[in-house]
Amino acid sequence: MTASAKLSVIGSSAPPALAARGPGPMIEIAGLNKIYRTREGRNIEALKDLNFGIADGEFVTVVGPSGCGKSTLLKILAGTLRRSSGSVRIRQRPIDGPSRDVGVVFQAPVLLPWRTVLENVLVPIEIQGLSMKEYEPRARDYLKLVGLEGFENKYPNELSGGMQQRVGISRGLVHEPAFLLMDEPFGALDAMTRETMNLELLRIWSQSRKTVMLVTHSIPEAVFLADRVIVMSPRPGRITEILEVDLPRPRTLEMINSERFGGYVSAIRRHFHSLGLDA
Amino acid sequence: MNTATIDTAVPDDDPAAERPALAWLGPRPELPLSALLFIVVVGGWELAVRLLQVTPLLLPAPSAVAVALWEGIRNNTFTHHLGVTFYETMAGFVLGAGLGLVLGAVIAQFPLVERTLYPYVVAFQTIPKVAIAPLFVIWFGYGMASKIVITATIAFFPVLANTVVGLRSVPADQLELLQAFTASRWQVFRMARIPHALPFVFVGLDVSIVLSVIGAIVGEFVGAQAGLGYLILQRTFSMDTAGMFAILILLSAMGLGLHWVVRWTERRVVFWAEAEHERISGA
Repeated sequence: MTASAKLSVIGSSAPPALAARGPGPMIEIAGLNKIYRTREGRNIEALKDLNFGIADGEFVTVVGPSGCGKSTLLKILAGTLRRSSGSVRIRQRPIDGPSRDVGVVFQAPVLLPWRTVLENVLVPIEIQGLSMKEYEPRARDYLKLVGLEGFENKYPNELSGGMQQRVGISRGLVHEPAFLLMDEPFGALDAMTRETMNLELLRIWSQSRKTVMLVTHSIPEAVFLADRVIVMSPRPGRITEILEVDLPRPRTLEMINSERFGGYVSAIRRHFHSLGLDA
Repeated sequence: MNTATIDTAVPDDDPAAERPALAWLGPRPELPLSALLFIVVVGGWELAVRLLQVTPLLLPAPSAVAVALWEGIRNNTFTHHLGVTFYETMAGFVLGAGLGLVLGAVIAQFPLVERTLYPYVVAFQTIPKVAIAPLFVIWFGYGMASKIVITATIAFFPVLANTVVGLRSVPADQLELLQAFTASRWQVFRMARIPHALPFVFVGLDVSIVLSVIGAIVGEFVGAQAGLGYLILQRTFSMDTAGMFAILILLSAMGLGLHWVVRWTERRVVFWAEAEHERISGA
């Protein structure tokens, strides 16, 4: 049996089925719309009628070609962008701005060059007025978890791109957010570092039990990491598929060569192809 | 035979291509070259004055300037006047730069303030400070106060302009990241805007400190009882050209010294920035 048999087109307004992983939904998104107004006064539908939920502890990836609104969706969830209509709830609470329950990791590491690695990781703690002393051991733990033990007092410009991104991941986790948002966190890394980072991310996720939503334009990466892959397509940005990835955990790099993995990837590719898109 | 073949087949890289020009002058060939340039120019000047018998009123020989400088230092003529000019320069600089920093921060944070106030600031900047210097002397007298105010008006703008630009130089993704971590406006200002502004601010301070020396001298030219500018005027009237040159050397040394203090501080404060290309401080 190939994975494509599991594919089913989910009607854009149909209520989403939640994967039963945690005790309840972490994120609930209903009827979410985002309309940008261009300078000429035209309206662009960046997101159209998004409905889905993410269970507590679930790893969800969002994949789609550029312009499908996946970054817009992530920014709305991060609270740095206003939605046009619809509702977004994190743990039943509607969000209308940045939330302490959320950690973010961007494509670029975006570290502050005048702060050491440890001080960079502690940025969210400082912002949220938490005790730096209390969280410093945790920051060190996360740095250890991402393999940066011994680099705590280095400055970002002394680190490679991959190491800087690990600092960014530690920073996204240090304040123990319930929900981690990642926007193509490994997009700027070379293929080999990217594979390593994917494995490390899964290891960190399995140890920290956070809910993760990761945006990517790499279909294999989306499948490799996810419990569920949310497939989006552009003009207007909407969800056209939600694919459950039924691969055992922990995931290994060997799985990439398996028939089932290939089935998921080609199913998504075919789906984009049928929409006239090349992802 | 075999070796010879290899030698011809793989010729050594031309070592001259790897080596910087004039490597025999040591690792920093510019140092001996600068010294050479100094000797040639000063020596040529000395020689020309002596051979052509130029009157010292027009152009004194370097040796005469050196004597005048030494005399002035030895009999303490310079100490007092240098102290006055230095004080005016520093007080004006601190006042002007401080005002530039504060107003720059306010303008950068509040666009309405910028739209309301900035046109006037720019309009004020277009007035040549030399032209309003006599007015300040009328208002603040012949003492140091008028020189300090003139210096402050000159030192003010470079710091203001650079502060505004610097505080706005924070990359968008850094702002977004801090906001996503629920940073308040003040936290963004403190954690990102100020550090990002520092390299710009130091460019402004560097320009300002050099302009401040000019400001103090301009003020003293308009009307003063002490200071190196006052001393230059005095020596003009007594036709002591060598003495004037000696003061110019002092002024240049003071400007250079202050410039290096700023640069030294910058390298320590903005330690994370790449070694900036040498900047021309203008004026």
